Amino acid sequence: MSAPAPIEHAGLRPAGEGPHVGRALPRKEDAALLSGRGRFADDVAAPPGTLVAHVLRSPHAHAMIQRIDIKAALALPGVRAVITGDDIRKLSDPFLVAVKEPLPQWALAVERVRYVGEPVAVIVATSRYIAEDASELVEITYEPLPAIIDTREAMKEGAPLVHPEARSNAVGKRSFRYGDPETAFAEADAVVELTVEYPRNSFTPMECFVVVAEYRAHEQSYDVLSNFQGPFSAHPVMARALRVPGNRLRLRTPADSGGSFGIKLSVFPYIVLMGLASRIVGKPVKWVEDRLEHLLAASAGPNRVTNIAAAVKRDGRITALRMDQMEDYGAFLRAPMPGPLYRMHGASTGAYDIKNLSVSNTIVLTNKAPAGLIRGFGGPQLYLALERLIQRISVELGIDHIEIIRRNLIPGGVFPYKAAAGALYDSGDYPKAVEIALGSGRYDALVRRRNEARASGRHYGIGFAVVVEPGMSNMGYLSTLLPHAVRERTGPKNGAVSLATVNVDPLGAVTVTADAPVQGQGHATTLSQIVADQLGLDPDDITVNLEMDTQKDAWSIASGTYSCRFSPGTAVAAHMAAERIRDKLLRIAAKQLNVLPDDVELADGKARSRSNPDNALPFARVAGTAHWSPVMLPDGMEPGLRETATWCPPELEPPSRDDRINTSLTYGFVFDMCGIEIDPVTFQVRVDRYVSMHDAGSLLNPLLAEGQMKGAFVQGLASALYEEFIYDERGSFLTGTFADYLVPTAHEVPALELLHIESPSPFTPLGAKGLAEGNCMSVPACIANAIADALRVKEVPLPASPRRIHAILAGPEAKPPSTHTHAVAPSRGGRDITGRGSFDVKASPADVWHSLLDPAALKAVIPGCHSLELESENAYRADVSLGVGPVRGRFVAHVRLSDLELERSAQLSGDLAGALGAASGGGHVRLSPIAGGTRLDYDYTVTLSGKAAAVGGRLLDSAADIVIRKFFEGLARHMATPDTSAGERFLARFWRGLAKLLGGRA
Amino acid sequence: MKPRPFTYVRPHSVAEAVAALSRHGESARILAGGQSLVAMLNLRLVEASAIIDISRLTELSNMRVVGNALEVGAAVTQNRLLTWPDLAKRLPLLAVALPNVGHFQTRNRGTVCGSIAHADPSSEIPLSLAMLGGEVVLASPRGTRTLKAQEFQTGVLSTSRAPDEMIIAGRFPLDKSRTAAFREVSRRQGDFAIVAIGAYLKDADTICLGIGGAADRPFVTDIALGKPVTDQIEDIVWQLGGHEDIHATPHMRRDLVRRLAPIVIEEARA
Amino acid sequence: MSEIEKGARVPVQLVLNGTAHTGFAESRMLLSDFLREVLGATDVHVGCEHGVCGCCTVLIDGVAARSCLTLAVQAEATTIETASSLASADGELNHLQAAFRKHHALQCGFCTPGILMSLTDLLRREPEPTRERVVDVVSGHLCRCTGYSGIIDAAMDAVNAGSPKT
Repeated sequence: MSAPAPIEHAGLRPAGEGPHVGRALPRKEDAALLSGRGRFADDVAAPPGTLVAHVLRSPHAHAMIQRIDIKAALALPGVRAVITGDDIRKLSDPFLVAVKEPLPQWALAVERVRYVGEPVAVIVATSRYIAEDASELVEITYEPLPAIIDTREAMKEGAPLVHPEARSNAVGKRSFRYGDPETAFAEADAVVELTVEYPRNSFTPMECFVVVAEYRAHEQSYDVLSNFQGPFSAHPVMARALRVPGNRLRLRTPADSGGSFGIKLSVFPYIVLMGLASRIVGKPVKWVEDRLEHLLAASAGPNRVTNIAAAVKRDGRITALRMDQMEDYGAFLRAPMPGPLYRMHGASTGAYDIKNLSVSNTIVLTNKAPAGLIRGFGGPQLYLALERLIQRISVELGIDHIEIIRRNLIPGGVFPYKAAAGALYDSGDYPKAVEIALGSGRYDALVRRRNEARASGRHYGIGFAVVVEPGMSNMGYLSTLLPHAVRERTGPKNGAVSLATVNVDPLGAVTVTADAPVQGQGHATTLSQIVADQLGLDPDDITVNLEMDTQKDAWSIASGTYSCRFSPGTAVAAHMAAERIRDKLLRIAAKQLNVLPDDVELADGKARSRSNPDNALPFARVAGTAHWSPVMLPDGMEPGLRETATWCPPELEPPSRDDRINTSLTYGFVFDMCGIEIDPVTFQVRVDRYVSMHDAGSLLNPLLAEGQMKGAFVQGLASALYEEFIYDERGSFLTGTFADYLVPTAHEVPALELLHIESPSPFTPLGAKGLAEGNCMSVPACIANAIADALRVKEVPLPASPRRIHAILAGPEAKPPSTHTHAVAPSRGGRDITGRGSFDVKASPADVWHSLLDPAALKAVIPGCHSLELESENAYRADVSLGVGPVRGRFVAHVRLSDLELERSAQLSGDLAGALGAASGGGHVRLSPIAGGTRLDYDYTVTLSGKAAAVGGRLLDSAADIVIRKFFEGLARHMATPDTSAGERFLARFWRGLAKLLGGRA
Repeated sequence: MKPRPFTYVRPHSVAEAVAALSRHGESARILAGGQSLVAMLNLRLVEASAIIDISRLTELSNMRVVGNALEVGAAVTQNRLLTWPDLAKRLPLLAVALPNVGHFQTRNRGTVCGSIAHADPSSEIPLSLAMLGGEVVLASPRGTRTLKAQEFQTGVLSTSRAPDEMIIAGRFPLDKSRTAAFREVSRRQGDFAIVAIGAYLKDADTICLGIGGAADRPFVTDIALGKPVTDQIEDIVWQLGGHEDIHATPHMRRDLVRRLAPIVIEEARA
Repeated sequence: MSEIEKGARVPVQLVLNGTAHTGFAESRMLLSDFLREVLGATDVHVGCEHGVCGCCTVLIDGVAARSCLTLAVQAEATTIETASSLASADGELNHLQAAFRKHHALQCGFCTPGILMSLTDLLRREPEPTRERVVDVVSGHLCRCTGYSGIIDAAMDAVNAGSPKT
């Protein structure tokens, strides 16, 4: 099989004569959406009596749950149930996990919480407002444990264990070797090495998760509506967790979904959770995730650390690659993780002709939210490492970056091409695509811009990225995680079944259904183009319904809208189903027109003779025959007009004995080139020009294809420069609002120049490849390379925020002039808020000391203290209202004193918890006599976690300082104006307390 | 993300608003535009027993020139001030600072005085008010009092407003300069400023320089044009404290001021 | 002075897309929830409930505002316009909507109603905005699908075609 020569064009092909497929047709979805008539999950009416759920989440990154008291919450009018892990555990099983290590996860935390935002309880009530009120009344006692956040630290001996039963945070390790990498490295002229970290982010669809679940007790089944996106391989996972066969978990998806980008796979634990909640309360239960929950805990792409090395020849040819990939999946390994580590596996060598390869993969667990599906799925991580390495090779060998690319690209004319780890690249002409993009003066112009900028001392860089973009995953790729011997035992896994149905009703109206739930790509339009072409109709004549119902619709485990499976998969199935309908109609019409089937065509809404076009019947009449008049059908033909086609291409084979795997069916090509400049004042990276060349095979609808590319481009830009889920080292989550988790706006988006060539895929009847993920993979690498070029640095941390660019550019800071005795501001030095200060108090050290140890005195000086009691020796429990300005909340605080040195110093430590979150910290107080009183020096370290840290970090870090300062101010004020009686009380208690505290030492 | 329950009060006069504030005590909150307050209520960051809605009080909906100041009532939105015909001529600093406040949509409802009351250290309006030497007019059962902007804002989200006081107007002195300059550094357009810097020419030898986002309240100082500007700025950056958050370190904030302030000063001189 | 006690449900009267409505709301109910759940205006989308994403933008007395940052009781006696008011009764799209379709300025369509309402406000006030001004107004919204360029192109197209029919 050889691929046809690519068709070259820039921009969109005009509409016109010929088939509908390939035309830039505006979407049939748009009119309703533009008129506010979308039917999103939260718009679909829920049954009367449906209750509303709110999920109560952990403020701690890692803690044991000691006690949950639900009494007060249950007593609130309108509250129907408060459900905890104990309830869930009785009714369900843990979710299936892809590795052998024990990593049990239920729909609610059981015994232990492992990340900030982990669901701990569900409150079911008559309204969301009431449910949230009740959640503030649930009293949970946690015993905080050390958390582990850094991926590499988590792999070390002695790191806190996320799952102690698994005995390690590094699980599911596998190594792979293709060709002879050892010899290639031994014989290399040079070895170029790099460590690359891909950050943690999400593409946060604008619509959050929605679940409406109803348990039907009489048949012990669950009926759920949710904006789930697939893959439906998660359906068996949910059914198993619910302890029902698949036919008793009816899962429906709505007509519209407000974006997904992979993220809405991760609604599945909540489908189980709300199903169980409905079972417990005996009513339908609806849950609409809010944005805080979404950012805290919905899903994220896994962050990855890659140690990558290339064996290179002096001329820049790469003879071998070595990759050590450590991927951080957070606290649980949720199905279908560790997909990102294996989805790209067959294509690990990217667009380069490299024969020798070694790869080692490690799944790492940390106290972060569990990772899940995300657009690009393993591609951004792989290509950031690979493409950064290519740029490093150019630097270390002193050869132009583009030359290194040219010398290693897979040449034209060798397709289908078998890559080292098993991917079978279907078609393309990579060098040609690259040269077209560089040409027409585009590259020269960039070089000119860089020369001009550098001549005037500005930081300007050029970046490239080359990406092979997979489309339609081989469901067998995840089994590469298992050694061959285990695969033999469990049986081969492969293929990717796509299903679509074309139905023609008795009046000849055509309806299409398919196994790809809506997310906004415009699949209904494309499917109508495909089916219209086969049936000689107009796309407007075709109704496409992409709602899914697992009890009624055709689906398989690969079903869903992900991994660019639509164009190579579902679209093909629809094409095949339409062909079958067409063939049937041709035979019916031939009989009625008295001609041979070969002489019949469907065109212009008619079935007509090709040789005598006047001999024709309306489409509806021919179609109606199949319903109304079976007697008129050709012999042996079944009545009715409904065809479901199944598409499972043979190229998607199971992993071979030597671990080679064709991970996807189609492989598009993307070449990106950009120029960026670092703003010398603001440290911001400004994209000066961005060019992206695509070869996605045949474009089914160029308008929609470009829409996908533009969207992916901005998501890639976001990964490169803006979006990041930030945790501090103790596991507090710091980016819980759209004010801190930075989604680019129209202001931040540079122009994108899109170029296309088309090398149709020989493996799919339509020649189309996946195309919606490539720029998510290429843009972070391209921009990182440009920054490396601009700043001439080896390491480019992403997202390349001004803070990170500043850290690279700014040298050590000159010390302040000695005249400044400035206060040291509170700072988040990595993990903690720290500060220190000093007060002079008009009282003797003995009096101050006494106040610090006296509960009554402490209560008087702690701002907002409602009660304070001595719990045990040197341990206090306080009920306090804390905050800054209008932001305040009520907390229970536990404070312990230690290392007491009479009238001189003491150590304080403690924690507090409340609806605003939790905090823990410690400090040191020192007293020294001065003229007329005492100087009190203090320092402290505080860590905020939970909501306060997630949504208020920008302001509340300062608040901790304010609160602590107020405390000492209060103390100072109190000591300065002691009333006599209080003073006497202090004195009496002081001596008593002192005797008690210090015993013989006093 | 739904607010806790609260009593909602819609007074028909300032007197009624003040009475309601006294009656409901310390945790009552004034609602004007709600662009910060309602977000904080939704996040349950704020405890509010009562919400006193002054957004429709006609008494507070006026902008008028009083003496040499523009008095902006507490219900006047940011976009309304932005379209005041004399803004560029008589309040050039606000003309350049206001477009940085939030977005078109939030400026449609967000009020000028609400921004002052909220006392966010990154906010443009409190910074401008402080730079112009403006005033805040407060009403309480004891009558009204007027505070200098610099006396009003005391720290992060903190002001010297007594619990039973409400802002009824802000006063922006007019004609302090013919031109002004304002720039800010934020991660995205419309975001809270990491550092915001404004400047205007006070007299032939002096620039009024204001810095937001780098300390716990607006920082305002004079720059003498006869002396080296960079030396003066170096002195200033060490007075700011400069807190750390996920977007910037104190060092970066100082560097932003070092690099941006001379530019803004130059623009103000032009 | 009118006062609504904590927890009390009171009638809220307003005009939604030309029709007078009355619904009951607690003092704390957000306008976004009131429009969706009480009045059934599901074209008002809720995306963040902290005033950043812009999905819930509606016109309150002609002015674009976040309905998640407005209390339902504040909307008493106001006129509210949402995206379902833009097309004609028989479903014909106005200039702005048609331009959105032409320029593929929407994919999932969740953010779209809010963006249309902001642009409607802008184009009524400023019929001939510059591209920069349009970008400035659209930057008050988050869209994850389109990358914005189609939205800006569509808005400029609508500017050139004349202000939207409303």
